[in-house]
Amino acid sequence: MRRSREPIIWALFGGGGMASALFMPVLILVLFIAMPLGWVQGVQGAPFAELQALVRHPLTRLGLFVFISLCWFHWAHRFRYTLYDGLQLSHLNELVAVMTYGIAIAGTVVGAVLLWGVG
Amino acid sequence: MNPKYRLYYPRWYRKRIPIFWWLQKRSHAAFMGRELTAVFVAYAAIMLMVLVLAMDRGQAAFAEMMDWLGTPAVVVAHVLVLCILLFHTITWLNLAPMAIVVKLGDRKVPAAAVLIGHYAAWVACTGVVAWLLIWR
Repeated sequence: MRRSREPIIWALFGGGGMASALFMPVLILVLFIAMPLGWVQGVQGAPFAELQALVRHPLTRLGLFVFISLCWFHWAHRFRYTLYDGLQLSHLNELVAVMTYGIAIAGTVVGAVLLWGVG
Repeated sequence: MNPKYRLYYPRWYRKRIPIFWWLQKRSHAAFMGRELTAVFVAYAAIMLMVLVLAMDRGQAAFAEMMDWLGTPAVVVAHVLVLCILLFHTITWLNLAPMAIVVKLGDRKVPAAAVLIGHYAAWVACTGVVAWLLIWR
């Protein structure tokens, strides 16, 4: 019997859901709202250097990579079933699955390139 | 079997469901809204990568991105994104006791404890990230 890939995909979906649930709100609040509005320091002088050092740390890179990748697979799985339920596209099963997980794999690869190719 | 006898197949009855069926009931719309939070999780992931890219390019690029992020329209958009992500967090954590059964020995940990544990984890993660980014 062919073993189902579903458990692996579901684990990636669940991991991404949990990781994004725990970390995304604070990241968006601090980095995309509080920092640009100047509620917290981070742009001028020393704070930027510190922030950059933090983001360049290998552990941060690794953590970010895992986080980003899990987020992509979370999106892929949920969006796949949203297309099935919301737009009644379950007859396009193969196409939708290849598209969504393909984008997740591409997002993971692009993440790896950005995190290790540029820094 | 009598060759003239044909098996009776009642015509399959399938009710046509309108494409936007989930807009007709509040709970269905909320369900679909919850599913669509994943799109904003992906958006946030992309933006994090863009921010890392800007930071790697140096202070000028980072300051430029911060300027853009600080424009009123972008701030409003990101407040909306934050609300959607909070909806994801709350619906996700509320489901945790249904998805996870924790056993201590042969006793089941009560669902309320699992729920509280997850919210405590959220508070802890938020605290650690905020500390790393702001006060460290």
